[in-house]
Amino acid sequence: MNATISLPTILRPYADGARKLDAVGSTVGEVFSELAGRHPKLAEQLLSPDGGLPVFVNVFVDDEDIRYMDGLDTGVGERTEITILPAVAGG
Amino acid sequence: MSIPLAEYGIVPTPLVRLERVGPPGVHLFAKCEWHLPTGSVKDRVAAGMFAAAKAEGRLAGSVRLMEPSSGNTGIAIARLARLNGIPFTVLVPDNVSSERTELLRAYDAEIELTPGELGSNGAVRIAEERARESGELMLHQYDNAANPAAHEQTTGPEIVAQLNSLGYGPPDAFVASLGTGGTLTGVARHLRSIGASTSIVAAEPPVGEAIAGLRSMDDGYVPPVFDARLLSTRMLIRTGAAIQMTRRLMSEEGLFVGPSSGAAVAAAIRYSERLPEGASVVAVLPDAGWKYLSTGIYEGSVEDAVAATEGTTLW
Repeated sequence: MNATISLPTILRPYADGARKLDAVGSTVGEVFSELAGRHPKLAEQLLSPDGGLPVFVNVFVDDEDIRYMDGLDTGVGERTEITILPAVAGG
Repeated sequence: MSIPLAEYGIVPTPLVRLERVGPPGVHLFAKCEWHLPTGSVKDRVAAGMFAAAKAEGRLAGSVRLMEPSSGNTGIAIARLARLNGIPFTVLVPDNVSSERTELLRAYDAEIELTPGELGSNGAVRIAEERARESGELMLHQYDNAANPAAHEQTTGPEIVAQLNSLGYGPPDAFVASLGTGGTLTGVARHLRSIGASTSIVAAEPPVGEAIAGLRSMDDGYVPPVFDARLLSTRMLIRTGAAIQMTRRLMSEEGLFVGPSSGAAVAAAIRYSERLPEGASVVAVLPDAGWKYLSTGIYEGSVEDAVAATEGTTLW
């Protein structure tokens, strides 16, 4: 499996400083659940207690926001890049 | 309320067809916002917020204005403040290009630098706190309904009328880069109000490694004016892709624009791949390139330009 997860600076401490992690699973939700085993504190940041996506967490699959795709059910394939970014404003 | 446009110098900006950078079969149009008085889309927002504050009597007496802005909004408010004889302080991240602070000074704005590593989020928090203590009036583009309303009243109708005069209906897709979300929200509301089924596409800038200014994900910020439900999708446009398209707009279309314009057009082209032959797409080009000359994004290799902008507030 070549899919990867890119972490923003503020989440790296929850993953032993890693910038990128291997993604294991066929959907974003499965990937996050699998992460919970390896990096439980990181998974806490990525999933709200109700199992959804926290409001300030944006997840992009191949540079597209999963909120406008299938959410946590968005598919992850070979070479998919999952990018996690905090919600911030510009202007 | 409706904005007295002439009083604020808001004129319809040109909608030009992009002939070369777009994919064949899709009609790609650019809304050229640098034709506004201070050279950016933010003249609309500043005019809308200023008109609303004036109508509510909040600009009377010895009012002082204060606003956090990485550039364009501050410059647009500075113009109106000066024209109306109102003192204005702008809180600017200390890592923005020097052209922006020079322009602000030219408009007589008082500049206070905020730590760039706090990002826009941090600057907004500092400004909100300061406004509570100082009594200064913060128009607050992130939380002022007049921001999207200005686009609902001007940008949206202009686009529809201009397309109509060229023989097109409302666009199949509308694309803008995401800052406050005001452009996307306001234009989308206008398009929905006339029954258009236009796809609304946001181009998201990548959060700079050094400038996010967050201690935790809970420090994130979604501007209250941004109605994310109106979007069809949101695309992450990497800095390199934005710079590359900014350069192509210059070399192939003859348009000298800033990096958020490159990001919007890059997203428009990516989204165009999903549209049928003959579809029309409008992208907003928020400003010209003048304010970014010192950032080095127009010369040398794209890789070097990306590296040079790391740790700065590019747009």
